[in-house]
Amino acid sequence: MKKEIFEPYNVSDNNFEQCVKCTICTVYCPVLEVNPDYPGPKQSGPDGERMRLKDPAFYDEALKLCLNCKRCEVACPSGVKIGDIIQSARIKYSKSKPKLRDMILANTDIVGTMASTFAPIVNTAVALKPVRKVMDSVLKIDHHRMFPKYTGLRFETWYRRYAEKKQQEFKKHVSYFHGCYVNYNFPQQGKDLIKVMNAAGYGVHLLEKEKCCGVALISNGLIKQATKQAKHNVEAFKKSIVDKKMPVISTSSTCIFTIRDEYPHLLGVKNEEIRNDSELATRFIFRLIDEGKLNLVFKKNYKKRIAYHTPCHMEKLGWSIYSTSLLKMIPGVELVQLESQCCGIAGTYGFKKENYQTSQEVGKPLFDQIENSKVDFVATDCETCKWQIEMSTSSKVQHPISILAEAIDVEATMKLWQK
Amino acid sequence: MKFDNIIIGGGLSGLTCGIKLAEQGKKCAIVSSGQSAIHFFSGSFDLLGKANGEEVTNPLESMKSLPENHPYKRVGLDKIERLTNDALHLLVRSGLNLNGQADRNHYTLTPMGVMKPTWLTLSDFTSFDQKDSFPWKKAVILNFSGFLDFHTLFIKDGLKKLDVQAQIKTVSMKQFEAIRKNPSEMRSTNIAKEFDKENAIEEFAQKANVLSDGFDVVILPAVFGLFNKTIADKLKEKIEKPVLLLPAIPPSVPGIRTQITLRERFQELGGTYLLGDNVEEGVFENGRLLEIRTNNHGDIKFEADQFILASGSFYSKGIVATHDKLYEPIFGLDIDGDSNREKWFDEKIFNDQAFMHYGVKTDQKFRALMNGEPVENLYVAGSVLGGANPLKEGSGAGISLLTSLHAAEQILK
Repeated sequence: MKKEIFEPYNVSDNNFEQCVKCTICTVYCPVLEVNPDYPGPKQSGPDGERMRLKDPAFYDEALKLCLNCKRCEVACPSGVKIGDIIQSARIKYSKSKPKLRDMILANTDIVGTMASTFAPIVNTAVALKPVRKVMDSVLKIDHHRMFPKYTGLRFETWYRRYAEKKQQEFKKHVSYFHGCYVNYNFPQQGKDLIKVMNAAGYGVHLLEKEKCCGVALISNGLIKQATKQAKHNVEAFKKSIVDKKMPVISTSSTCIFTIRDEYPHLLGVKNEEIRNDSELATRFIFRLIDEGKLNLVFKKNYKKRIAYHTPCHMEKLGWSIYSTSLLKMIPGVELVQLESQCCGIAGTYGFKKENYQTSQEVGKPLFDQIENSKVDFVATDCETCKWQIEMSTSSKVQHPISILAEAIDVEATMKLWQK
Repeated sequence: MKFDNIIIGGGLSGLTCGIKLAEQGKKCAIVSSGQSAIHFFSGSFDLLGKANGEEVTNPLESMKSLPENHPYKRVGLDKIERLTNDALHLLVRSGLNLNGQADRNHYTLTPMGVMKPTWLTLSDFTSFDQKDSFPWKKAVILNFSGFLDFHTLFIKDGLKKLDVQAQIKTVSMKQFEAIRKNPSEMRSTNIAKEFDKENAIEEFAQKANVLSDGFDVVILPAVFGLFNKTIADKLKEKIEKPVLLLPAIPPSVPGIRTQITLRERFQELGGTYLLGDNVEEGVFENGRLLEIRTNNHGDIKFEADQFILASGSFYSKGIVATHDKLYEPIFGLDIDGDSNREKWFDEKIFNDQAFMHYGVKTDQKFRALMNGEPVENLYVAGSVLGGANPLKEGSGAGISLLTSLHAAEQILK
């Protein structure tokens, strides 16, 4: 008699078999609600995975409509990594090649370097209506979108010129992963971070050489390049965290989420040695205060009514509590917690012409909340949420660290630990 | 991070506990591993529907016949009546509209077309005094074209037994064309989201009025008012005939609205609701739980004076069974259940299954036992308690609500 051999061929690294088909994820998918072309998280994720393992032909290109917001994972009562299953399937099975437009949007590093070198020309040009029309029709970058302004003086250059030397004066040190936005578009956020950390008694250093975290490369299907950059960054983080015993902090929730979770889950880049010491600045500062190692002194005249928006990746990390707890410590702040909803931009997703309408419809409930909240401005930890909210509402957006930088009395705070 | 009380589990028990404690000024956090079973809510909270195989008319009275290890008996029958009132008031303060009383069950029509006894029913749904009579003679059952989660034939058959003549009709509207494109995703919540926008209700009511001509009552699936809390009332205003909503297959629209209402109440009272996080372990010292570590927060541990375990039963992984063991997965607490797998279940699926009664062992004050000793500040509430078969008894919501209030009272003492 022939011996039967059990050869499992439908084994997945993902825990799709934990799905009990309760459909709760579909309730919280922001895309499904506005775009019926998207099969929804349950079908795209665990249900589809079962099929794809039998035959990759079951892969559906409509999975590219997923925002990767991970709200399905947060809602899932059974702990299924729905978002990871969908993103992994895109990486493994998608046959659509990234377009020129996708490469431009995804390569924030290269484009940022070029654009900031010619900042005045680029900023003027991409703001011009005719240019935006051309980008719309040729590149399919939606003409409603304004690119964030590029800076003439990159954060890294500014740091080396004006801040680096002073950092040696401190006894304690951290490294700062600034990300592309701070470097090429908004160095002020990096400056605010240095101000706050210096006030807390920490010198701030740059990594030996940081590369873009790669989130946009992953979402645009440029996986080889993303993996290369991930490996580079993990090594750079190791030099700080393992060799110099300096934790790495960041002000971008998406960068830090990508480095901590997407590197191992989607790219297979191991990061155990650095994961625990790679975090957001708000969490780092909160921990110091929580452990009684730091006291912040606030200015008496800072009075604001602020609404906090929870970016999707903050919702997934569960870390918005650190940002809101810090904001609540400021005596003059009245904090309005907005109901956690996706703003719709999802990084480069909303820039694409074909996604513009979905993007704005997804964000509408949030925009309505903001318009009704009667606040001085919105606070949030994600740069692309900031662009989306500033474009789609009458409100301005500030990072919690920038708010702290404005609200703390630096000298009084420093005196407390200098004693 | 320091709180007065931390509750593990964000379902009906956890939220009830959290609201009660927060109302008394406690600084509370709830850690929930995902959305809860309230998403499958039928619209009615049961207290006790069956005891010793008999249908119950007065739950407070019939509780006397329950076994001594039943959670109601362990709370104490002298306290139960007051706690049922407290539970109702807590839910009403939170913004839920409910009908019903603890000393007399009323009936609701189930989606299987059967009358079922229950305690408190959301005002979306209709409560009946009698189980064997129906106030209307001719009913029209309306469904949405392409909506597979509302089984109209069951309802029609059920109504026949109540001497009601029912006819099934379907409604098509262009507002629902988009969601029909994806047949497996045409769910109650997707329909509800269209109604939430308020651009479908008028046309739908007009159609319902035309289709219900010659009938006494309009029966509809409960797909009204997910995030928009006023839609169900608007519908009833606009439809000329009486409207009878019946639950559809989950996810439940009134259920999700209930979950949101309770969660918002907790947050408005200053509570911190942490969704999508798992408690990984606890740090114990001298018989006390000092702090817990969660997956999302890692080395930033959560401290509290008292903790409540409201992590649910098997479905929510509050207790876990593998091939050879039965355990409580967070702290490894003692389990009240048989260690012999053979005794876990009866081959006849509709019999009273032994495993349904399993739960975490506690002392008289509902404090969890660990290696036979009570953990001084760790209370247990809801279905993780065991000692009952909520499916057989129709007692799940009652146990969740009352044991949670009882645990909260132990803490507030």
